[in-house]
Amino acid sequence: MLAMSTPISLELSINDDRVRASVPAHWTLLELLRYELGLTGTKQGCDKGDCGACTVLIDGKPQLSCLILAANAEGKKVQTIEGLQPAHRKAGGVGLDPVQDAFDRCGALQCGFCQSGMMLSARALLNENPTPDRTEIRQALSGNLCRCTGYTQIVQAVELAIAESTGAEPESPSWSDGNPWKSTTSLSGKNGGDA
Amino acid sequence: MKDFEYIQPETVEAATAALATKENADWATAKARVFGGGQDLLGEMKTGLEEPSALVNVKWIQGLGGVTQADGGNLKFGATTKLRALEGLFSSGAFQVLSEAAKTIGSPQIRTQATLAGNLCQRPRCLYYRRPEAKCLKKGGDECFAYGGYNKFNAILGGGPSYIVHPSDMGPALMALDAQIEISDSKGTTEMALDDFFTLPSDGDVTRENVLRPDQVVISLRTGLDTPSEWRSTYLKFQERDGFDFALSAVALSLRVQNGAITDARIVLGGVAPRPWRCREAEQLLLGSMEAASLAKRGAAAADAALLGAEPLEHNAYKVPLTKGLLQRALRQLTA
Repeated sequence: MLAMSTPISLELSINDDRVRASVPAHWTLLELLRYELGLTGTKQGCDKGDCGACTVLIDGKPQLSCLILAANAEGKKVQTIEGLQPAHRKAGGVGLDPVQDAFDRCGALQCGFCQSGMMLSARALLNENPTPDRTEIRQALSGNLCRCTGYTQIVQAVELAIAESTGAEPESPSWSDGNPWKSTTSLSGKNGGDA
Repeated sequence: MKDFEYIQPETVEAATAALATKENADWATAKARVFGGGQDLLGEMKTGLEEPSALVNVKWIQGLGGVTQADGGNLKFGATTKLRALEGLFSSGAFQVLSEAAKTIGSPQIRTQATLAGNLCQRPRCLYYRRPEAKCLKKGGDECFAYGGYNKFNAILGGGPSYIVHPSDMGPALMALDAQIEISDSKGTTEMALDDFFTLPSDGDVTRENVLRPDQVVISLRTGLDTPSEWRSTYLKFQERDGFDFALSAVALSLRVQNGAITDARIVLGGVAPRPWRCREAEQLLLGSMEAASLAKRGAAAADAALLGAEPLEHNAYKVPLTKGLLQRALRQLTA
């Protein structure tokens, strides 16, 4: 059998931290994140590009960390779920990233395994297009599979984040009699309606 | 995934030199693989379908990605051009088929990383081929399990002895624009019609879907239309779900319209045959006036002609009316 290949030395930015690492050639970015750097918010689902749980943002674009060799991330700017709130605060925001906050308030998860990838795909979409319509949201999230929710609350969460960022009145969610978003601010985390 | 040597050349010459070993002249003995976006290859390596001892990454070679002008209004696309870059490029005209096809591929995550050449060279999605324990014809075995097995997703045209369908969307789209493919190895560069690049299982090597050798690198794809400004094109793909799926059937259609009449046409089917499937006789039936009633009649005749030789397997006869419908719908959309 072959000898082990020479480890690859690389330098990249992860959540605005400069990271130097030495990894075997066959390691994926996902393996580097989880097993070398301890960033376990990025999930290892199918590990072959079907589920999207391992989605991270590379230079702002959602990509599958399970189908990218760590060596290929050399010099790239990687953002994982751990970096979402810090990036929001660094940009002058308070509290959670609005996408995270909306996911929380809409209950857009059950088991939560898909959630970090789902929220990063949503964040990338909103960075590129702050007011996508429902079709565009569904297309942007089409690479992230959720086996629990049926996607309804996930799409609603993204729509809530959009509505609040534009100052529009959020649409009443299908599962509520009243409109729980009406009298809330994005920081209260409480249902303000009569639902 | 098994370990391998990771080679990152900076030029095409260095890449082809790294690939130019004796064992790499033949797929049966090849140990090195060209590595681009890796969206198919890494998956194959993880399931053990591929176990290369070296990957030659061509993605960082300068000048291998991007779009440039070619002769007579045609375009040249570098092999490592990302599918995501093609998505929003064309909303009308001769090249629209390329953006429409690119949009339907995989998920946003995959399109960001996947390359144009990789989409053409990806391996089949046949359920039996993808199962490591099934040693089918494609993997050097002596039986196509789909033929007598579960074949809902398999070929209705051009099948035998293997019944895979070619999974590429960019293949039919590029063939509808008479594309040429440029290929390099350590001895030099050649260009051929993309139509001649793809092969049928009955053409020779049943384990491959094209003529590319493991010591060769795809360099570019160039459209080859006569007067692209007179052409219009579209891509219609039918999937089981609306996003992130391969085609059950797809139609790439391009038409040359001069003085209100169709004077030339290309029909290339995806998802129904072991290679992008050009329908030359059906194309001829589309020529003529743009008058709606006549066009509808010719469209129906072309659809019948395109599927004339179809030989469905036990579970995929649905692809015949589906493909006929897609072709006629594509024609209506392009002539509306």
